[in-house]
Amino acid sequence: MSYRNALGTVSALTLMAGVASAETSLTIAIVNNGHMINMQKVAEAYTAETGVELNWVSLEEGVLREQVTSDTATGGGQYDVINIGMQEAPIWGAAGWIEPLNFGDEYDVEDILPAIRAGLSHDGQLYAAPFYGESSMVMYRKDLTDAAGVTIADNDSWENVKAAAAAIHNPDEGVYGACLRGKPGWGDNMAFITTVVNSFGGAWFDKDYRPTIDSDEWRAAINFYVDLLGNYGPPGSEGNSFNEILALYNEGKCGMWIDATIAASFLEVDGVAYAQSPNAGNPVGANWLWAWAMAIPAGSPNAEAAADFIEWATSKEYVQAVGNHPEFGWGSVPTGQRASTYALPEFQAVADFAKAEMAAIESAAPQATDLKPYVGVQFASIPEFPEVGSAVAQEMAAALSGAKTVDEALEASQAAADAIMQEAGYY
Amino acid sequence: MAIVAQTTKFSKIAWPVLAWMVGLLFFFPIFWMVLTSFKTDADAVKPEYLFWFKPTLDNYLNMTENYDYWRFARNSVITSVFATVFTLFVGIPAAYAMAFNPSRATKDVLMWMLSTKMLPAAAVLYPMTFLTKSLGLFDTHFLIIMVLSLINLPIVVWMLFTYFKEIPKDIIEAGKMDGVDTLGEIKEILVPLAWGGIASTALLCFIFCWNEAYWTVRLTTTEAATLSKLIEGNRAPEGLFFGRLSAVSTAAVGPIVVLGWFCQKQLVQGLTFGAVK
Repeated sequence: MSYRNALGTVSALTLMAGVASAETSLTIAIVNNGHMINMQKVAEAYTAETGVELNWVSLEEGVLREQVTSDTATGGGQYDVINIGMQEAPIWGAAGWIEPLNFGDEYDVEDILPAIRAGLSHDGQLYAAPFYGESSMVMYRKDLTDAAGVTIADNDSWENVKAAAAAIHNPDEGVYGACLRGKPGWGDNMAFITTVVNSFGGAWFDKDYRPTIDSDEWRAAINFYVDLLGNYGPPGSEGNSFNEILALYNEGKCGMWIDATIAASFLEVDGVAYAQSPNAGNPVGANWLWAWAMAIPAGSPNAEAAADFIEWATSKEYVQAVGNHPEFGWGSVPTGQRASTYALPEFQAVADFAKAEMAAIESAAPQATDLKPYVGVQFASIPEFPEVGSAVAQEMAAALSGAKTVDEALEASQAAADAIMQEAGYY
Repeated sequence: MAIVAQTTKFSKIAWPVLAWMVGLLFFFPIFWMVLTSFKTDADAVKPEYLFWFKPTLDNYLNMTENYDYWRFARNSVITSVFATVFTLFVGIPAAYAMAFNPSRATKDVLMWMLSTKMLPAAAVLYPMTFLTKSLGLFDTHFLIIMVLSLINLPIVVWMLFTYFKEIPKDIIEAGKMDGVDTLGEIKEILVPLAWGGIASTALLCFIFCWNEAYWTVRLTTTEAATLSKLIEGNRAPEGLFFGRLSAVSTAAVGPIVVLGWFCQKQLVQGLTFGAVK
């Protein structure tokens, strides 16, 4: 081959590669999460660098699940990258609905927090890469606890927490001792309630996946929850979830709030202190664990380009890109996914909650145990859980509002869960 | 006599008051949505800021800067306009045939058309997804126009059939006697006579197309996604951010509310066409 021919071939190949790259476009289905919305702007640099065009589709969580499952069932191709949560990742991975993820050494998969990595894997294989993770912890007004002469320690007992709530509860001044989720939903009130039940030694199912909602542990936990929130919570708590309580807290109406660690970055009240979630003797499962992650649906025609994009979007480099972005900065970097983020001095300077958040995530235990024979902390990683959780959530809200007694609510919950599990063929 | 006078006086006051109350009741959700759209997400759930608050345009800026509102709006206009035109194009001749040349099967055909509206959409979601993907039509304007047209065709035919039935058959036959062909009958006689009814049918069809959310959310990704999909996508996993959601909803229903406002005379005229004849 002559020099000219070789040059021509190389040029043609380069041109073809350029054309191929310019023509590659990825369709990314995302949930409407602040970090994902920011990513659309940060990723403009990725497109400029690689030539890969990114089409973003923002979807409600339920619709996203429905679309991805119907897409997979009909051969795929609609989306190249999807957002999924920790509840689905291992199930969908096991079912072959999403592709396994294997990245190069530079990605440093070991840097992903172990609890998050485990929750997004099936049989040790990572199926979804996290862009943001969270646990739960106590956020309380130290000025109020100091004034009342009480303290809240890490992994304090529920009784001490209740005593502290009682001490700072002052409804005449518009301050309520404890603000907790009460709005029905498997991701709303049940996320918090499940951690209380876990810490009382209870679980959703036994090893045969029979519901155990009528157990003594559940009874004790729900009685405690209704007592705590009913006596020391704001009125109408059965309508409160994350957003409502955040607004109350920022108005100075909550003495204490136990919720997602991400809440800490939204608090505008001075003098907030943090503590690890309380427990009633069983610390395993007292704080929840959740991550939003990115996965490649089986059947994506651009699986390779999708993997490259996910590798970038969940990398250390991406955290730097957000931190240095003129529109966002270090207060907006996604947290809860990588240990290295917490070591960054720029991040530490703007996040006083960083240490508590990382400790909460690291201590969360999603793996199956004798007490809790399924994967997941505030949920069970089985396809039927959203239906079971939603049914029980309604009953718990009824117990909180006083429409039902705790015993009645537990009995109805057990019956509903039993019917769903039987219909699903577990026993 | 006194009783009659009292009743008349009472009617003069009570009916307008009742009408206003019903009107306000229907308008209140729209008013509340518009009001909330000018609040921050935090203020939107605070009881003390129900009516008095510091208005902000942040939600609208966020919608146009981060969510590409205009692309969704453009798709809504394209699909709704073409679907309405196509539905009328098919619906007018169909209703004409059934109104002026009925057969023994006409009643059954009308009932069958209406019965297709009773099929739960979810029952055909998977076949529709599979079929449209196999044909390469998924996420195209053409597909959404066809789907919207077919969904609304039964209602359109029924409405037009009712209006056309009010027109004396003799007028059409007189045209026939003068040598006007079928197309001419429709164009020159039927359409001008039933213009009010056709206009109100078109408007209702357009509103239904604009508001359709089941198929437009599920059969699109980016290219043909309409405003319904924009609203759907603004429901966040952390809960409902009411300020943001209200702004998106206001911007989505705004054009159709304005259109309805300007066309209300024709709409009422068309809807009461049969009754006043």
